[in-house]
Amino acid sequence: MRAGPQQDDDAGTRPGPPSGVTIVGASAAGLSTAEALRRRGYQGRLRLLDAEDRLPYDRPPLSKQVLSGAWEPSRARLRGPDQLAALNAELLLGERAVSLDLRNRSVTTDTGRSLEDDVLVLATGLAPVVLPGQDGLAGAHVLRGLDHALALRRDLVTAARVVVVGEGVLGAEIAATARGLGLDVTLVGLGHTLLADQLGGTVGGVLTDLHTERGVRLRLGTAVESVVGDGGRVSGVRLTGGEVLSADVVVAAVGSRPATAWLEGSGLPLGDGVETDARCRAAPGIYAVGDAASWFHEGLGRRLRLENRTNAVEQAQAVAAAILGADRPFTPVPYFWTDQYDARIQAHGMPSPGAQVSIAEGDPADRRFVAVYTEGGRVTGVLGWNMPKQARLLRQEHLAPPDARRPPQPSVR
Amino acid sequence: MKVTVDEDKCCGAGQCVLIAPEVFDQRDDDGIVVLLDSAPGPDQHALVRESAAVCPAAAIEVTEEA
Ligand SMILES: Cc1cc2nc3c(=O)[nH]c(=O)nc-3n(C[C@H](O)[C@H](O)[C@H](O)COP(=O)(O)OP(=O)(O)OC[C@H]3O[C@@H](n4cnc5c(N)ncnc54)[C@H](O)[C@@H]3O)c2cc1C
Ligand code: SF4
Repeated sequence: MRAGPQQDDDAGTRPGPPSGVTIVGASAAGLSTAEALRRRGYQGRLRLLDAEDRLPYDRPPLSKQVLSGAWEPSRARLRGPDQLAALNAELLLGERAVSLDLRNRSVTTDTGRSLEDDVLVLATGLAPVVLPGQDGLAGAHVLRGLDHALALRRDLVTAARVVVVGEGVLGAEIAATARGLGLDVTLVGLGHTLLADQLGGTVGGVLTDLHTERGVRLRLGTAVESVVGDGGRVSGVRLTGGEVLSADVVVAAVGSRPATAWLEGSGLPLGDGVETDARCRAAPGIYAVGDAASWFHEGLGRRLRLENRTNAVEQAQAVAAAILGADRPFTPVPYFWTDQYDARIQAHGMPSPGAQVSIAEGDPADRRFVAVYTEGGRVTGVLGWNMPKQARLLRQEHLAPPDARRPPQPSVR
Repeated sequence: MKVTVDEDKCCGAGQCVLIAPEVFDQRDDDGIVVLLDSAPGPDQHALVRESAAVCPAAAIEVTEEA
């Protein structure tokens, strides 16, 4: 399946647009890259490959509206059939990439097919980490895809007791949703507050209080040794001290790893994800985008890999521009949000645990506030808790604009 | 160009307001998107398309009609 002329030269210096682009992973980052290419006038061939045999869907609702049952799964679809048709792309669904050959930029799939192209975009996201002992046990779950969410929901609606392992964003959201379904919920995590790694102890403490008020039993600063079962069904988790917490359902939300196993041995630089330069390029004609991509952030002067929805689409814009010849580093202000109970938390910038935290507006006691994170005398993060607009205004005031090529934002002072 | 927003999907990110402040705003209390102009002029089209592209909740829909 050869489409363009032989490209032995450096595709990065190739004159004009590529003749074909193949994108591996057709979710938020991959699909957005395809759309951004079209929006920027690319008319050549476009292929999107995904291991899942499903139209692209969005993941944030999986731990929220889909898990709670508030939404039919179809509401989580990223685009309607008309929008997908308008893309004029070949959607290869239910086909998994198993290896990549750098020399001719070709991807081999599990059907044995070889897809060769001018440009490859790697957008394979993450694979969740499982706990020791959980494989093959009914009632033991992870949550990354729609099938996971539906299976977990099926189990939760008939369960009484659930143990969620992991005190990060995903674990906290699942605990909140499970409480909303009326379950007895225990959350076990290594950190000393919820989201301590993501947001630091001050805001993490407010969130921990919220979960306690809502009746979640918290076992923080605690490690799980393994998931335990009985007759093929989960019966609980064993903590490192030997104590067993019994449960009908166990959910592991203990992190994910970049889904790059299929790239091993390809010669591409793999570290914590596919390593790229500041322009998201891993090798000539090969780009990485989204949760699986570790790029060099020139503004921060170091490598960054983000696991959030906004980055997936923002990086997609940068990758599409780079493919079409732009020469600009990708230097976004990171942003993520999480919804738990009635709290909508939005984090702009890098609200790291080491920063000084001050409350700029509102009051944590009222569960409506904006916190500003400062490191070395510079504002590095802005966090809104049920104050989205105020947080966004403070972000505009304190953090660099998301993209320097945009017209200057009106002053908010 | 016709623009619609799905308030129920919107997560109040404000990305759209950062990009196209003449077309989008946010409610003061909960940050949900407010559509200021559902049929913006040609000078806004590129910005609106970009807003729809980067909205992390896929809450903005743009229909290109005359
Ligand atoms: C339950 C849940 C809740 C979340 N909530 C939030 C939130 O509230 N806020 C927020 O900012 N972010 C949230 N996120 C994170 C956000 O969803 C991700 O950042 C985003 O999905 C990343 O997009 P991506 O396209 O890089 O990766 P993914 O969405 O993981 O897509 C990767 C795609 O690649 C495919 N793939 C993988 N390997 C192969 C292969 N070898 N061959 C072919 N295809 C392959 C997969 O099938 C998948 O479709 C949440 C994530 C989850 C799982
Ligand atoms: S960018 Fe999307 S999610 Fe964010 S405020 Fe605008 S419409 Fe809502």
